[in-house]
Amino acid sequence: MPRSVIAIAGVELELFEQGEGPPILFLHNGGGFFPEQPFVSLLSARHRLIAPSHPGFGRSSLPDWIDSADDIAYVHLELMDRLGLAQADIVGCSIGGWIAAELATKSPERVRRLVLVGPEGVKIGPPDKLDIPDIYAMPGDELERISYHDPDIMQIDPSRLTDEELAIIVRNRETTALLVWEPYMHNPKLRHRLHRVTAPTLFLRGESDGLVSDAYLAGYARLLPNARVTTIKAAGHAPHVEQPDVFVRTVLAFLETGAVS
Amino acid sequence: MKAWHFSENAYPYLPPADQYDSIRVSLPNRIYDPEKGAALYDRFLDEWLIAEDEGMEIMLNEHHQTATCVDPAAPLVLAALARLSKKARLLILGNPIANRRQPVRVAEEMAMVDVLSRGRLEAGFVRGVPYEVLPANSNPVRMNEREWEALDLIVKAWTTHDGPFSHEGRFFHYRAVNIWPRCYQQPHPPIWISTTSPSGAAHVGARGFVQATFLTGFDGTRAIYDAYRRGWREAGRGEDVPAHRLAYAAMVYTAPNEADARAGAEKLLWYITSNKVPPHFANPPGYVPVQGNVAMLRGAEHPLSAFRKSASVEGAIEAGIMFAGTPDQVHRQMKKLYDHVGGFGHLLIMGQARVPGARRDGAGHPDVRQGAVPEAQGRIPRYDDHRAGLGPSAKRGRAVRAACREGEQRRVINPLPPRYAR
Repeated sequence: MPRSVIAIAGVELELFEQGEGPPILFLHNGGGFFPEQPFVSLLSARHRLIAPSHPGFGRSSLPDWIDSADDIAYVHLELMDRLGLAQADIVGCSIGGWIAAELATKSPERVRRLVLVGPEGVKIGPPDKLDIPDIYAMPGDELERISYHDPDIMQIDPSRLTDEELAIIVRNRETTALLVWEPYMHNPKLRHRLHRVTAPTLFLRGESDGLVSDAYLAGYARLLPNARVTTIKAAGHAPHVEQPDVFVRTVLAFLETGAVS
Repeated sequence: MKAWHFSENAYPYLPPADQYDSIRVSLPNRIYDPEKGAALYDRFLDEWLIAEDEGMEIMLNEHHQTATCVDPAAPLVLAALARLSKKARLLILGNPIANRRQPVRVAEEMAMVDVLSRGRLEAGFVRGVPYEVLPANSNPVRMNEREWEALDLIVKAWTTHDGPFSHEGRFFHYRAVNIWPRCYQQPHPPIWISTTSPSGAAHVGARGFVQATFLTGFDGTRAIYDAYRRGWREAGRGEDVPAHRLAYAAMVYTAPNEADARAGAEKLLWYITSNKVPPHFANPPGYVPVQGNVAMLRGAEHPLSAFRKSASVEGAIEAGIMFAGTPDQVHRQMKKLYDHVGGFGHLLIMGQARVPGARRDGAGHPDVRQGAVPEAQGRIPRYDDHRAGLGPSAKRGRAVRAACREGEQRRVINPLPPRYAR
């Protein structure tokens, strides 16, 4: 997949592009973007897929001034300007969904349709209960268990990865912590801005997602004027990875026809 | 060389370690009995005063949500010690300023203790241990940057005397900083910084602060001190790096005979073996540099973590993190490390672990009365004899040493107050 680097506001932004057709801006989750994952070729079969690595992820640099999803939304808006995209469909997963939601509140007219896959970003529940379980206060195997429908097939084997690949994994975790640590997994302002979003929006949730609950997504969706929620079976917090076929079929149906399965 | 009695105010009355996942962060405080805790505070404060009587200096630190150190507001204990003690230097090592939201408040607390103690404060600053980013809700990423901005702001608050100044930095914002009281020592108390890796030591050396390191053993300590000396020299502070700018914390236990020393040293291992903390608390993202985490993914292990799995007195002595034995043995062990690392001017004696150890295995308080503190003190000046001549504390140390040899420790060691006797 062609990779390039574009300089925006002090960020050397790593950018993957593949396919032709209506543009989809894909905003990756905290794990990062890996072009070899099967959903990528499926999603770019008849679309122009544009997938930046967020600042601090992959091979994108992280300037001092960036420490929030809100900051990154501005970088990606500028990326759309540079690419000449007056409007695009946006698909964001987990914190990528949070960034997409931030972006859509800033410039609603730039978003044609919006897909948020297990997004964080708002506070829905009471103050004495975390909406998203504390991923930094649980053992790694517990985090894997609640993140995936089938944790066994999601294991990484460090011995099969280069030092650079491992460094990217570690750095992605680090930048995720920078963005989500406090307030935990949300921007208190975002819920009061979501009324501005004009794009029809689909919230997608893996049925086995132990991080983002049904109730959370239902509450999140109610904050947008035109949003629906649907689930994907046999998938956890990353349905695009665990069920790429169903994921892409669901996303493309919504983007191309507005249909929700 | 100065000897410091370092106590962490540990709470020893814990269930067996297999009944909890972590001694830090998540251990429920229903386990803590305030009555026992009050008695422990009395006892630890008294032990600091015993140490002072023996010519030692006083050191304390701060940790949060942990049974290993029930001193979550060290400046409060420091304030008590400022009034209870008379002559000892008072080292707090340290204020976890990457986790403190209000650096100016820290500057005020330290200035107040400095005045209360009439200039006996040694103000230490630390980034904060990884387990405490959760209790503080402090972002583990960019902690070093926060620590240094906070420290510079604190020093400026201490040294600005002509009314308010403003600070609009990257992490901290103030419009009118003008602390009362100002420090007793001028321009400000000595500043200490701790580290367990060489990466920050060069910067500490460049600034000329006192560099302390904990349980880093032979090669780890040498690497840190070398980095410090390099930073010192490159900053133009001169070729000679004073020994009193370097400090080393080790577990120390001396006794007149090997059997008693061995028994005491076994209890000291509590400091290592009790620190049961799962990886998700011990290594939050961003705390360790990326390359360090890559090495860990490839199987590397922190030396202390590796040691904990098979902790032994012999292993600890061999690693240079413990000095234990008869006075002569301890002297030889210390000298070996001292020579290997190029010398240091402060020995921070970790004495806290032996106390809970004594309680847990039923050996009781006699261990505290004749414990490591004064005996080790007896050895340090002797070592100092070789290096820097005899001072008043050295003479006292020789008396203690002589008493040790004659098995008459109790003549020179203050007994604890009667309420501690079983």
